[in-house]
Amino acid sequence: MARTVWDSSVGKKTVMAVSGLIMLLYLVVHMIGNLKIFFGPGEFNHYAHWLRTVGEPFMHYEWTLWLIRVVLVVAVVAHATSAYQLSRRDLRARPDKYVHRKARTSYATRTMRWGGTILALFIVWHLLDLTTGTVHSGGFQPGHPYQNVVDTFSTWYGDVIYIVAMLALGLHIRHGFWSAAQTLGVGDRARDRALKTVANILALLLTAGFLAVPVAVMTGVVS
Amino acid sequence: MKLTLRIWRQRNADADGAMSTYEVDGVSADMSFLEMLDTLNEDLILQGEDPVAFDHDCREGICGACSLVINGDAHGPERTTTCQLHMRSFHDGDTIDIEPWRAAAFPLVKDLVVDRSAFDRIIQAGGYVTAPTGAAPEAHATPVPKPDADFAFEHAECIGCGACVAACPNGAAMLFTSAKINHLNTLPQGAPERETRVLDMVAKMDEEGFGGCTLAGECATACPKGIPLVSITGMNKEWLRATRKAGGR
Ligand code: HEM
Ligand code: SF4
Ligand code: FES
Repeated sequence: MARTVWDSSVGKKTVMAVSGLIMLLYLVVHMIGNLKIFFGPGEFNHYAHWLRTVGEPFMHYEWTLWLIRVVLVVAVVAHATSAYQLSRRDLRARPDKYVHRKARTSYATRTMRWGGTILALFIVWHLLDLTTGTVHSGGFQPGHPYQNVVDTFSTWYGDVIYIVAMLALGLHIRHGFWSAAQTLGVGDRARDRALKTVANILALLLTAGFLAVPVAVMTGVVS
Repeated sequence: MKLTLRIWRQRNADADGAMSTYEVDGVSADMSFLEMLDTLNEDLILQGEDPVAFDHDCREGICGACSLVINGDAHGPERTTTCQLHMRSFHDGDTIDIEPWRAAAFPLVKDLVVDRSAFDRIIQAGGYVTAPTGAAPEAHATPVPKPDADFAFEHAECIGCGACVAACPNGAAMLFTSAKINHLNTLPQGAPERETRVLDMVAKMDEEGFGGCTLAGECATACPKGIPLVSITGMNKEWLRATRKAGGR
């Protein structure tokens, strides 16, 4: 079964849709969690600590967090690998371009590939910045995410990288959510408008929600 | 009307091709696009030049043989086949670019003619029914609910022209394949091969070197028969169902 799915262009696209939706679900939760920064360092840092203790006493300290991390890594790798392989196949299938070119298809469709690449680079940067602290600007303090976030968004490049990535994310979800519904065979004529609306709302909410944090630091609302 | 045509000329699959410019005069608005090309070819033959090769057969929009990308649009600016496109859609003095279908799975034969036999092989993989159908049966013998009949008929309209592949930025044959699968999988006559049909046709489509779907929607815009984009969604659904049932085979 796994082989049939992975060897087929339709199956690989299914892998892309499912892994994309897993990441999307995570991002909704992540975005809501980030908004706690508006309630001050106490609440934000406490929330970050709680993430490590979820599921206790059944789970040991950080077990749940690591479980989520493993699922996400699998999702990112599966998504990026299938995206890469399908894109290669698509480009090979259309080697000669038309002489008479036309501007076509929506902005979001055309930006899926480079938008995805921006997201991939951003994920690496983001982990090195706020999870491991490797590229962090100030003195990175594990267990003090509030201060770490403020430090990151106090640098111009920290803001630029984040803002560009979140705009790319919005476009990616706008096309991706609706696409995933088609890939998984749940779209139809009656539901098309509703699916597109939900895709737009999700894209807008996530982009706005994530961008609220750097904007708040830039304007001094969070410091 | 007097027109300037820029046409892709290429001797054979291995030769280099290029756009060549021609002038045609005395084009009437009532001519079909192919009749306009016939006029050009008559001139070329009289001048001792090689006429432009292009595919055509019925010239009434039902066989799927005609195939030209006109000013960047498969089958030109109207939602119809090239043979049913009329010169009234153009204006005196226009310059028109004419190119062949472009896709790795449709190798070029000559000028504007490409080899679409990859479609035949997709059909051979599962685009048939094994139930003996004989002559037109008595209408009540096998009841088909009206919505199913309409749905199947809408997809049965596909004439296999390949405009969907030509228009797709990924050279994908998803719309063609999904039209055939939705057509046959919806009807009781197609039920025995419901799972093998979709698995085999999709596998063949991949094997022939067609691209995948990124839901750009260009295929459905180009299709002269109005096969809708959700047709592909329906095929994905059938594929997932068959894969689950077959356990991957
Ligand atoms: C690792 C970085 C990423 C890369 C390289 C990437 C790349 C791609 C590509 C190339 C597509 C196909 C676009 C198309 O078919 O037109 C796609 C689809 C998709 N992506 Fe991503 N993406 C990435 C991250 C994400 C993230 C973080 C999410 C979570 C919101 C996501 C959600 C989706 C969804 C839901 C789809 C639709 C799947 C489908 O068409 O069935 N992607 N991605
Ligand atoms: S789906 Fe439409 S464009 Fe594609 S082969 Fe059939 S009739 Fe032609
Ligand atoms: S020549 Fe038959 S459809 Fe155009």
